[in-house]
Amino acid sequence: MTQLPRTLFDKIWDAHEILRNESGQSLLWIDRHFVHEGSFHAFNKLNDRGLKVAHPERTTGIADHYVPTRGRSIKVVTDKVRSVIEQLEHNTRAHGVSLFGLDDPRQGIVHVVGPEQGITQPGLVMVCGDSHTSTHGALGALAFGIGASEVAHVLATQTLWQTKPKRLRIKVEGRLRPGVGAKDIALAWISRLGADGARGYAIEYAGEVIRDLSVEARLTLCNLSIEGGGRCGMIAPDEKTLAYLKSRPLAPGGKDWERAVEYWRTLNTDEGARFDREITLRGEEIAPQVTWGVSPEEALPIDARVPDPALASSQAEAARIRDSLDYMGLIPGQPLTEVTVDSVFIGSCTNARIEDLRAAAEVLKGRRCKVPGIVSPGSTLVKQQAEEEGLDRIFTEAGLEWRESGCSMCVGMNGDQVASGERCASTTNRNFKGRQGPGARTHLMSPAMVAAAALTGHLTDLRELTR
Amino acid sequence: MTPFTELSALACPLPLENVDTDRLIPARFMKESRDKGYGRFLLHDMRFDEDGTATDFILNHPRAKGSEILVARRNFGAGSSREAAVYALVDYGFRCVIAPSFGDIFSSNSVNNGLLPAVVSEQDAERLLALLDEGPDEIHVDLERQRITAFGESFPFEIDATWKIKLLNGWDDIDLTRARHDEIEAFRNAYTAAHPWTRPE
Ligand code: SF4
Repeated sequence: MTQLPRTLFDKIWDAHEILRNESGQSLLWIDRHFVHEGSFHAFNKLNDRGLKVAHPERTTGIADHYVPTRGRSIKVVTDKVRSVIEQLEHNTRAHGVSLFGLDDPRQGIVHVVGPEQGITQPGLVMVCGDSHTSTHGALGALAFGIGASEVAHVLATQTLWQTKPKRLRIKVEGRLRPGVGAKDIALAWISRLGADGARGYAIEYAGEVIRDLSVEARLTLCNLSIEGGGRCGMIAPDEKTLAYLKSRPLAPGGKDWERAVEYWRTLNTDEGARFDREITLRGEEIAPQVTWGVSPEEALPIDARVPDPALASSQAEAARIRDSLDYMGLIPGQPLTEVTVDSVFIGSCTNARIEDLRAAAEVLKGRRCKVPGIVSPGSTLVKQQAEEEGLDRIFTEAGLEWRESGCSMCVGMNGDQVASGERCASTTNRNFKGRQGPGARTHLMSPAMVAAAALTGHLTDLRELTR
Repeated sequence: MTPFTELSALACPLPLENVDTDRLIPARFMKESRDKGYGRFLLHDMRFDEDGTATDFILNHPRAKGSEILVARRNFGAGSSREAAVYALVDYGFRCVIAPSFGDIFSSNSVNNGLLPAVVSEQDAERLLALLDEGPDEIHVDLERQRITAFGESFPFEIDATWKIKLLNGWDDIDLTRARHDEIEAFRNAYTAAHPWTRPE
């Protein structure tokens, strides 16, 4: 009997399903697991029950959420911040889990480090107590974020109960225009479908534009899947994926590499496989995007105007727009390019890989910024690479601060924050109220667009600037 | 975990969309240990001004006192996977949130802490919000029958079948899973034999 055509997602799911219970939930085998400082709740649960980590070799600890970015001394942070970093050190040591700690040369943001070290591989099921775990799907892994109770469950059993999501394919056909990249694709589909548009779905990205994207750009795209509510985002591995992974420190080597590649080549969606939902975007129609509100769905092309609640289709929508504009301090109908910014941030697991830094540096090269800002590379190795390429000098000569790697101003847990009422053009992933600090106003956009805003002091159409 | 079967309690309207987990508990509170409870951090920046003064937010109104049910608009609990958002709700005293949709990770976190995420239609959420607008009243939530009764009207809600069983029984996954140790081991052996490169060094 021939098997029915299956999607990439189904192939990986099926390979990891240990069993299914009476009400249809599956128990999945977890290949790889990451923990960061926030895992203390999960380790406490484990310790309360006197349980050990079942497979410590399958979990990697990384310090990123709370680490200082002005130098690497743990002395500079507040006592409470130091305490959570030390709890991660203590918990990983006590349970035999390896740790890329504050002063490890491999340290960085978990979703940058995983692919960089070759921990992330096609066909793996990967989880982390962090919603942007969807990032790892860019290499063809099935990767998703989980909560603390689930982290404790994975630590204790190396498995997880999951209800199978439905399948959504997002195709992007044609070509992207200059100045448009993965961040713009993501904000374009999220603003179209809504911040819960993909809720309950596993997303596969496909089409010409996706095939043309570099692996790093794919990581950005899959990273943002969660902002549209997706359970995960994935892209079938191809030659680019293999080239990216080959010789990474923790990727399979020697004979294992050959066997793995043979298997990875089977990881694609079969002709005729069924998706529960499909949408198609045209690459040519996507313009550089910026968010204007307090949810990633509140994004528009840079040449648009701030929405007017008076034109909303319902009272609820008008109220939502008014509330967002009020928080963001914007005027209805105002051209987005007239919105002035107070600072910029280039960083986070979304947009702080080497290609992102290069794109921002290209815009900034030989120019001075009108506003201050911070650049925090996605990992310590990215930082090193950028310095070898002289990108750090471009940033500092333009007037920006060159920092160490960590989550930094994406979430402000380490104290790097946007002041209340101030407006920041940011390469991060969430413009939620207070995300970058209490009262902070965040506009999300690509690294090149952030660089453009830094130069002019207002939201800027990159295409005008480079014309 | 305390089982959740039926609940008769006061409900509080929160007529907002996209109430993300960053808002439910701002990041700066998450380094606290849970010993003293997370209830005081719930929706902190909506409840308090920057100088710490209580705002006009619904949770500060006398009518919201003692509420155990929250009714909100779509995409409640979106964003960050922080289970602390659920700790904040539970420690504050909430046992059920009713909304047309929830963030995926938030829903599973809720169930793991005995908090019921009840999914109703957009229409029913609006109806409940409108009814609650008129004043506090008790709402009845029956998990077994998946029904909400309020002000003499009845509304169905949805919940994943496995989650329902877990909530009804107050079950904890770790114990259930550890009981299947042999099946897991058998799977692991077969899986790693077929995919030897997935074994970490
Ligand atoms: S950079 Fe931001 S989104 Fe990414 S893991 Fe860190 S806090 Fe989360």
